[in-house]
Amino acid sequence: MTLRVEITHRAGDFTLDVAFETGAGVTALFGRSGAGKTTIVNAVAGLITPDHARIRLHDTTFHDQNTRLPTHQRKIGYVFQDARLFPHLNVAQNLDYARRFGARPDARAEIIELLGLGDLLDRAPATLSGGQKQRVALGRALLSDPQLLLMDEPLAALDAPRKAEILPYFEALKRQTGVPILYVSHALDEIARIADHMVVIERGRIMAQGDLFHVLSNPALTPLFGVREAGAVLRAKVRERADDGLTRIETGAGDLHLPGVHAPEGSRIRLRVLAQDVMIARDRPAGISALNILPARIEARFVGDGPGVALRLAAGSEHLLARITARAWAALELAEGDEVFAVIKATSVAPGAISGAVTGRF
Amino acid sequence: MMLDAAGWAALQLSLLVGVTATLIGVPLATWVAWLLARGTFFGKAALNALVHLPLVLPPVVTGYLLLILFGRAGPVGRFLEDTLGLVFAFRWTGAALAALIMAFPLMVRAIRLAIEAVDPGLEAAARTLGASSMGVFRTVTLPLILPGILAGGVMGFAKAIGEFGATITFVANIPGQTQTLPSAIYALLQVPGGEAAAARLVIWACVLALAAVVLSEWLARRVARRIAGTP
Repeated sequence: MTLRVEITHRAGDFTLDVAFETGAGVTALFGRSGAGKTTIVNAVAGLITPDHARIRLHDTTFHDQNTRLPTHQRKIGYVFQDARLFPHLNVAQNLDYARRFGARPDARAEIIELLGLGDLLDRAPATLSGGQKQRVALGRALLSDPQLLLMDEPLAALDAPRKAEILPYFEALKRQTGVPILYVSHALDEIARIADHMVVIERGRIMAQGDLFHVLSNPALTPLFGVREAGAVLRAKVRERADDGLTRIETGAGDLHLPGVHAPEGSRIRLRVLAQDVMIARDRPAGISALNILPARIEARFVGDGPGVALRLAAGSEHLLARITARAWAALELAEGDEVFAVIKATSVAPGAISGAVTGRF
Repeated sequence: MMLDAAGWAALQLSLLVGVTATLIGVPLATWVAWLLARGTFFGKAALNALVHLPLVLPPVVTGYLLLILFGRAGPVGRFLEDTLGLVFAFRWTGAALAALIMAFPLMVRAIRLAIEAVDPGLEAAARTLGASSMGVFRTVTLPLILPGILAGGVMGFAKAIGEFGATITFVANIPGQTQTLPSAIYALLQVPGGEAAAARLVIWACVLALAAVVLSEWLARRVARRIAGTP
């Protein structure tokens, strides 16, 4: 199931000019607000008509010079930032809305179970919390039996606890349905948890696209992600927990020992390591309190406008992103290709950055 | 509160005119309101002006224009008589037409407000779930604006049973034929000793108008609640 998208669209002094292709799994469209993410998703949905576009899902043409497939014939599911539940229908009627137009979902009971909606079926949308509404909206979209799922910042309107409540459902959904998902977000922590591919958009243009792990460890994107937010994601497996509360985490870059890991032993997780939490040493440091020291090689660097230098490090089969000062770069006489050690402070990997998302590719 | 035969005839005719104008007017007004609220087409401003014209023209002028267009000698009137056998001039049907034209802007305004209060995002969501334009209207827009349609209908009905100027100009004031409640009251006040009979009709007119206002207020509250989504 491949989605091919080429759009040029002008609105006022804003020009959108993008082309990308996505396959199975979750593709994150990342960009600041106003970057053009929603315009892209709405064009894929057929809710707006761009000036020029070629949009195809597998062998169905949504939009080209001669074709404008109407929205209702595109077989897409769309989860909006505001849940947009029909206020005159209860939860069950909202979930079954697409049935009125011929959708025949084969897994109604499983989806209701998966999203924990069983107790809400008789409720009116106005009586639901934000997180519950978003779960119903997700269920409603899934029950339209979509070939493609579009999500436009589905968590942006929720506060942190509601977000934490709903993210596991997204992860479960990704595991259990094979529907490709286009996921718009400006929150890197969400993307790091659930996406497989990533398209980075800035002012209507694509700055980078490809495998999530590769894009997140691209040092040139650090200014775009924000120096405090930039960070690579490691695929990891939870190993035994020691008596002192630290858990051994096995990654392709080597073992890490982290506190506050609640995922059960043996589970596959993703670990987001922020660039500002990674230090570089020329030689293996001795007499240092940091527990996690990984051998790595400097693969690429990016010198920004500020005093910082962002580095992509190859560590085993994984990549890390580190941010050091230009002065340190010069003092250590570092160069691309050098073998170094990445020092990660154990407590610097926040519990929220550890997710139970399964990629199945570890 | 007993009415004499002529009074009853006027009351019944007014109700017949009001019901006819409302039943024909509401679906038509819903369609026009939808066009004005959601449509983008050439001539939208002109359609809007045309619909609202009877609200701003002197009713006598509207009645006169109806007479010219829909009278037996008028182009539309002759065509309808030849093709459908439908005659408006000096018949109750003419009174109903005049009432419909005068009540139409009120119905359109009420229904249009209800349509504009519906979040277009809900309609977009319905389209992504497989609903065609007609499907969206039937399953989302219509249920949400139904209280607004009913409120518009009640207002239109109240206007229709009270219409005077255009009606008397178009179809005159023939007892038992075209004499509605207001024209009967007007006629009674023109003759000495008619005040008592006129007063009884006035009370009936007040009762009908009050009932319509109360009903319309109640329905308007339901619109607000329904669109806010509280049960």
